[in-house]
Amino acid sequence: MMISQPVARPDGGVKVTGRARYAADYFAPDLLHAVLVTAPVPAGRVTSIAVDDALAEKGVVRVLTHEDMPKFGRFASPRAEPDTQMQQAEGPPAAQSFMPMQGNEIRHEGQPLAIVLGETLEAAEAGARRVALRYEFAEPELPAPPEWTAIDKAAVVPRESGFLFLEPTFTKGEVDRGLSNAAAMVEAVYLQPSRHHNAMEPSATLAEWNDGELTLHDATQHVYGVRQVLAARLNIPAEKVRVISRHTGGGFGGKGWIWPHQVLAAAAARIMQRPVRLALSRANAYSCLGYQPRMAQKIVLAADRSGKLTAVQQDVVNLTTVTDDFVEFATEASKGLYATPAMRLSQRVERANVAMPTPLRAPVEGPGTWALESAMDELAHRLGIDPLDLRLINHADTDPATGQPWSSKKLREAYEEGARLFGWRERPRKPQRDGDWLIGYGMATCSMGCFRNPTPAAEVRLRRDGTVLIRTGTQDIGTGTLTIFPQIAADVLGLPMEKVELEMGDTQLPEAGPTYGSSSTMGVGAAVLAAAEDARSQLARLANLLPDEVEMQDGHIRRKGAAGGQTIADVMSHTDIGEIIGSGSFDPAQHGKGLAMRTFGAIFMEVGVDPGLGLLRLRRAVGSYSAGRIVNPRTARSQMTGGIIWGWGMAAIEQSRHEPVLGRFLSKNLSGVAIPVNADIPGDIIIHFVDEVDEHASPIGGKGIGELGATGVAAAVANAVFDATGKRIRELPITPEKLL
Amino acid sequence: MTPFVYARADSLGDTIAAGAAPDSAFLAGGTELLNWLRLGIAEPTRIIDISRLDGLDQIEALPGGGLTIGAVTHLNDVAQHALVMRDYPVLSQAILHAASPQLRNLATIGGNLLQKTRCAYFRAEEQLPCNKRQLGSGCSALHGINDNHAIFGWTKDCVATQPSDPAVALAALDAVVVTAHRSGGRRIPAAEFHLLPDTRPEADNVLQQGELITAIELPAAAPRSAYLKVRERESYEYAIVSAAAVLEMDGQTIRRAAVALGSVALRPWRLSTAEEQLAGTELGDREALSTAIEQSFAEARPLSQNAYKIELAKTAALRAIERAARMPS
Amino acid sequence: MNFHDRHLLRLRVNGEDHSLSDLDPRVTLLDLLRERLHLTGTKKGCNFGECGACTVHLDGRRVNACMILAVSCEGREVTTIEGLGNGDALHPVQQAFIDHDGFQCGFCTPGQVMSAAALIEEGHTGSDAEIREWMSGNLCRCSAYPQIVEAVRAAAGRVSQ
Ligand SMILES: Cc1cc2nc3c(=O)[nH]c(=O)nc-3n(C[C@H](O)[C@H](O)[C@H](O)COP(=O)(O)OP(=O)(O)OC[C@H]3O[C@@H](n4cnc5c(N)ncnc54)[C@H](O)[C@@H]3O)c2cc1C
Ligand code: SF4
Ligand code: FES
Ligand code: FES
Repeated sequence: MMISQPVARPDGGVKVTGRARYAADYFAPDLLHAVLVTAPVPAGRVTSIAVDDALAEKGVVRVLTHEDMPKFGRFASPRAEPDTQMQQAEGPPAAQSFMPMQGNEIRHEGQPLAIVLGETLEAAEAGARRVALRYEFAEPELPAPPEWTAIDKAAVVPRESGFLFLEPTFTKGEVDRGLSNAAAMVEAVYLQPSRHHNAMEPSATLAEWNDGELTLHDATQHVYGVRQVLAARLNIPAEKVRVISRHTGGGFGGKGWIWPHQVLAAAAARIMQRPVRLALSRANAYSCLGYQPRMAQKIVLAADRSGKLTAVQQDVVNLTTVTDDFVEFATEASKGLYATPAMRLSQRVERANVAMPTPLRAPVEGPGTWALESAMDELAHRLGIDPLDLRLINHADTDPATGQPWSSKKLREAYEEGARLFGWRERPRKPQRDGDWLIGYGMATCSMGCFRNPTPAAEVRLRRDGTVLIRTGTQDIGTGTLTIFPQIAADVLGLPMEKVELEMGDTQLPEAGPTYGSSSTMGVGAAVLAAAEDARSQLARLANLLPDEVEMQDGHIRRKGAAGGQTIADVMSHTDIGEIIGSGSFDPAQHGKGLAMRTFGAIFMEVGVDPGLGLLRLRRAVGSYSAGRIVNPRTARSQMTGGIIWGWGMAAIEQSRHEPVLGRFLSKNLSGVAIPVNADIPGDIIIHFVDEVDEHASPIGGKGIGELGATGVAAAVANAVFDATGKRIRELPITPEKLL
Repeated sequence: MTPFVYARADSLGDTIAAGAAPDSAFLAGGTELLNWLRLGIAEPTRIIDISRLDGLDQIEALPGGGLTIGAVTHLNDVAQHALVMRDYPVLSQAILHAASPQLRNLATIGGNLLQKTRCAYFRAEEQLPCNKRQLGSGCSALHGINDNHAIFGWTKDCVATQPSDPAVALAALDAVVVTAHRSGGRRIPAAEFHLLPDTRPEADNVLQQGELITAIELPAAAPRSAYLKVRERESYEYAIVSAAAVLEMDGQTIRRAAVALGSVALRPWRLSTAEEQLAGTELGDREALSTAIEQSFAEARPLSQNAYKIELAKTAALRAIERAARMPS
Repeated sequence: MNFHDRHLLRLRVNGEDHSLSDLDPRVTLLDLLRERLHLTGTKKGCNFGECGACTVHLDGRRVNACMILAVSCEGREVTTIEGLGNGDALHPVQQAFIDHDGFQCGFCTPGQVMSAAALIEEGHTGSDAEIREWMSGNLCRCSAYPQIVEAVRAAAGRVSQ
């Protein structure tokens, strides 16, 4: 059995030696380096772009402006419905409908306005500084000040578009009655700032044209998405676009959808008839890629004396661009977490001249649990009920929004085991001190919806020599798929891991969808499983065995339970087939019909607060999860630990501040914007998974975990800070000025 | 980067001669200069690499007490030098709380004093209204985001802070910056090295074009000294506020105290009034210590978003004093 | 003093002597390694000294390659991730990163490994806290920090406390 084993990552060898190649590590003969010139203001109109000075820079070959660019095609969202307003709607995998360099309008700061192409990077960079922009400044729409009244006033109902995945409002039961009958109520506003993914690899694209065919080496979470969007934008058939992404240096959502720079690089290469590499600077990555938008959430929880919720009301407003209404559905957490007879939820947006937001680890429930799980803690204190008990009292045995049964849910076990590992029940109730540090304990529920991407496909080739090649057009962003897929195939085919090779990250491989939404194990994993089973069945038939009755082990195939068996080589030598090609896919519509699906968990945290210096530090954490079968506990532990650290960053450190006058991100670098460093993270982080198999979500029995770990954490931290100091912090991040 | 020509300096004389030409810049560790070149903060046409100048990377005891540290000595080498660790823990600690291990292997102690403010407007990739970037363009921080800006010594022309950690320790130690220049050298007290924005907001320090720091001199040993740095994340981050304290004790009574705050003004801020009152104070008497520190905050002036830094700075000063007192003498 | 706008640079990279003519002094060591020598294991995560992805050894000390003008490396010895192991054999730090799952996407990993190898030489492995502090010049957005500390500790041959 390979599944459930803590197998080491097979990609370790190339990654620790620097041999793993990322988009910017590719070269092409005659390569041109591209550097973007971007808008210095959030709104207005470019009146002229003087390029002579830049061209005078030795090594600068050309400066492209909107006048040089082709007219880019529209990309109709797969969600677009014929004969409705939605017919023309753009949407994912395109990250935004607005394409820069199509005219002279400026819609956000940092928007690409020109591309400087140089024989060397030094020339292109120096040239970019010498491009002289003239523009007319227009009064921008700026984000409202970060407080509820102002944000509420600026908020509007999102328009229909490819970005509106769900209805913006949801009601169930009689909320007003629930509110008026309540014995205790919490009404509070929770704020969080915009935050960037800041993957260590800034996005990069190498575009090369040959006979009208485009090859792209790209940093992406979705090679097929890049192909689809580029084909539409460049008005060429998708078959003419090949996208390669062997390794992507972190995504976290930031490389999930397709951004304008990928299109611009390809267009520049076509104009120049030379390969072009556009590696975004860190600063570019702040405005040319998305971010989790600033959000305000007003939440009302009402409960009876026993702690049972009688109503939940939540109004969410997120920032978005003037062009597209990105909606961050934080209300999903309230929809799915606790049993309540009544809820009234609404999502609105606040439009401003800012860059386009996008999902960020963890989207949706990430922000949602920040508000909901903080409010639950407030309610627990108001009622005098232990925060964990309040959650147990309101445990949702069926999906609160739909009443559907769960595909599987072992949250009670997760609470219990997490509490035990942490010592929650035994925690000191009196204020604790350690020198200058006040110690506090907090917990929260974690949860993520199950995003199952339709029909990823995979191919498993079984060769005569007993080696296997898995081919699937998904991509490596570090989550562990390079380990898990071989494990799955090795398991079915009874081979050791070393015999299994995996090829990913190329549109010449079977289409397998994006690597986001924690969907890969469930979806692509199931496709690999099906393909491996198909290969095994084919081998069985060659061996004159009934496919349903065979098993494979140690390179042999045999009837289940029988001894010995025939070797793969023996079976295949009966024929002249050199390899068996098994194929498989996963259709979520065929699995778990009528069932609600979610992952769950509980996070327990101990923090220290130095009230004199306003410092907040993590001391230890326990995360305990109900997420279906864990295919590889070792890579899964890293995923969850990483998620918790993301949550810590959200809670205590991260923010991309919107400058209130200039309408830009205040800092677009890694020194003005802090993300956690090694010294922030204690070793004492315990990860526990409840033993669980969810056969409905996917034949793998597993569900996604990549984002689950990052949910709940911010609330658990704020709850622990309250425990330590008696201060309830409702605005993230919890920085010194809030703690003094 | 705008094109420039480069040469490696091999003698002190040539260096200061070449440095005197306008538009030339010294390159030591490069950890500041390269970023200025990328951002257009500086656009020298001639770069003089002083990193291998003979004799500028030595740490030596001075006859009659004290220590001299060559200007191009790398930060890690200063901080981990046996004499510095033993006799000037405040400096060692300040350095080890600065930047990152890799940067400290490049960055030099001389270059460190010459770093410019981290004000986000000043460091933007685009030129924003900022008197330090372009005199007369205004100060974006004054009415913009200034929660991490100055509480002392600012003017409406510039409300930034000097971010160096070592400079704060050096100011508290009464160190001397030794320079060489075509027109002769100088000895500049560390606490007077940086300039407040009141006269020339565009200038950061008293150095003239082509003036080379050759060494930093430390006076007599200060074993009872300590540095405290407050920042959101635990490492690899600039200070919100920092404090350096140097004490001389008679038993449990402070005989002499020197306290400097960092990241509160465009220069390390000595708490001179407090220092006077601290002399004679019992260490155990927290109230007396606080009262003394309070004296120096009469001149503190918060901006629209940074009043919290005043309380923070007081506590940091107090804690640094207590920490210094706990150091073995 | 002889100022030039193009330079001849001789340096040793991973044990091999290189002589580069006509070098623009603006080229950083990082861009020299990546774009001229095609040693792309050293990564550019920020180009401002803020992330550590470009960490290499210069005369045996760990430094940020993005903060160094290549011309200033005349006569020096550079070791990059490609030159850390011994031929095909992994350096103990590299092996420890695999054994302890010290990475995910792998982008920061060359820098982490170079930093860790130097850290052990420097002797900063006295405690986990010391390792954490001295590994803090290398950001990892995948947030493999606890596993990195385990890897460094193991590589340093220390038994977990
Ligand atoms: C990401 C990051 C984080 C940092 N964090 C911190 C921190 O927390 N605390 C802190 O204190 N610092 C921090 N620093 C700043 C760092 O310490 C300085 O950049 C460094 O000390 C500068 O020294 P250098 O030798 O590299 O200077 P260079 O970049 O070589 O030079 C800087 C300037 O000084 C001039 N110069 C250099 N040496 C001399 C000399 N001997 N005489 C005359 N002029 C000279 C140069 O001409 C140039 O104008 C950080 C830097 C970075 C990039
Ligand atoms: S505070 Fe100083 S550095 Fe910052 S914007 Fe104002 S003038 Fe510029
Ligand atoms: S690329 Fe050099 S430190 Fe980030
Ligand atoms: S492994 Fe991805 S950034 Fe560290």
